[in-house]
Amino acid sequence: MQAFHYTRAADIAEAVRLAAPDGPADRVRFLAGGTTLVDLMKLDVETPTHVVDINGLGLDQVDVLADGTARVGALVRNADLARHPHILGHYPVLAQALLSGASAQLRNMATTSGNLLQRTRCVYFRDRASRCNKREPGSGCDAIDGYHRNLAILGGSPHCIATNPSDMNVALMALDAVVHVQGPDGARAIALRDFYLLPGDTPQRETTLRQGELITHVTLPPMPPGTRSGYLKLRDRASYEFALASAAVVLREHDGRIAAAAIALGGVGTRPWRCPQSEQLLAGQPASAERYAQAAQAAVQGARPGSQNGFKIELARRCLSLALYTTLPPQ
Amino acid sequence: MSHPSGDSPQQALQAAGGVPTTLQVNGKHHALILDPRATLLDTLRETLHLTGTKKGCDHGQCGACTVHIDGRRANACLVLAVAARGCAITTIEGLGSAGNLHPLQAAFVAHDGYQCGYCTAGQIMSAAALLHEPCGDSDDEVRELMSGNLCRCGAYANIVDAIQDVRGKR
Repeated sequence: MQAFHYTRAADIAEAVRLAAPDGPADRVRFLAGGTTLVDLMKLDVETPTHVVDINGLGLDQVDVLADGTARVGALVRNADLARHPHILGHYPVLAQALLSGASAQLRNMATTSGNLLQRTRCVYFRDRASRCNKREPGSGCDAIDGYHRNLAILGGSPHCIATNPSDMNVALMALDAVVHVQGPDGARAIALRDFYLLPGDTPQRETTLRQGELITHVTLPPMPPGTRSGYLKLRDRASYEFALASAAVVLREHDGRIAAAAIALGGVGTRPWRCPQSEQLLAGQPASAERYAQAAQAAVQGARPGSQNGFKIELARRCLSLALYTTLPPQ
Repeated sequence: MSHPSGDSPQQALQAAGGVPTTLQVNGKHHALILDPRATLLDTLRETLHLTGTKKGCDHGQCGACTVHIDGRRANACLVLAVAARGCAITTIEGLGSAGNLHPLQAAFVAHDGYQCGYCTAGQIMSAAALLHEPCGDSDDEVRELMSGNLCRCGAYANIVDAIQDVRGKR
């Protein structure tokens, strides 16, 4: 691990000041749960010169605002979020996604904001002896012609096909979550659907966060009556494994029809993959096996697999079909 | 052993950017000067000589280093020791002793919940936390919540037996 300076920030203002573009260090990382950052620092994939520990900032509460919005602090641990009564009651898709990820130990440490910024599990990104445009821009991509069974079939570019590995992010994408940040230029809110970038020719840029911005909380809009949601994850092992394909489904039922649908896929995209065409196919329709199959087919339209991950097209299609079927069984 | 500068190793560490940190481990306070890079796992083993906590993968994938931080299980290999300041840390040495075994330690003996024993401290620390977490009655739910602890000898069946015995589910 490379040497770094360590500061435990006393408040948000100090954390933002230390990480600002005109701040005291060139490469600053905020330390929350550490489950991604410390891991990657040991591999010399992350080499901050200054680590700013934000664990003393509070930001560890889930609040329900007057209009029903759920406000989740950046440092709420995955285990606590998954078990929070309001989350379990109103956003089961989120609780299920969180509990399907990692291990009990990691969920106790991992935070909401850290999970938003979780890095890919592409083996070449994690190995400094390999070429990786995300880790070292312009060096090339060893995954495209190498081991990529676990990598993306949607959203990739000739420069990068790394998958976003998070389960939580898939649920948040389907829930229309909003990320709230504090930065050198003040506070702003970013809709999660505008938060993640496609790799294009700059795969090192993963989000629209600006240098020095600190995630302070995430908000979830209230779910109208009649909303049902669920998460289904498919993987090589029954537990403690990243998704090969997963689906987050949020359906609002009214008068025997699907009034509105929000759908996101995990394990198959370079970012948590929202599926607007599938949603349009379901809106206003009665729940039926045929409609679900059409929606699932639409979700993987345009997939571009490599030589090893073509199976994910069928896997993701079936995963979404089953998630829809389980969340709102056809009459 | 004398240090080249004439300072004690701890003084030399502070001069080299070490961070004064007090760690509370098994109820005892330890005033240390820590390299910011030192993990809690390495600090427990190499500085405090509490070698019951084991290093397996060192990347949060195997669970051998599981300890309790403020009563919750965590992978000590992914925690910077300087960031554990102010937390109550419990290791296998603080859970029980040879003359006064924790019920899980006794159950692992009774059910032969190990072969080589390398993962055992992590398994027991993980299971001790599980006893206080929401967990259904079935073996499958125990397996799910213990999936962060690998056993290369494959003693899983007896590990589940030991845990379920202590939970009164056998």
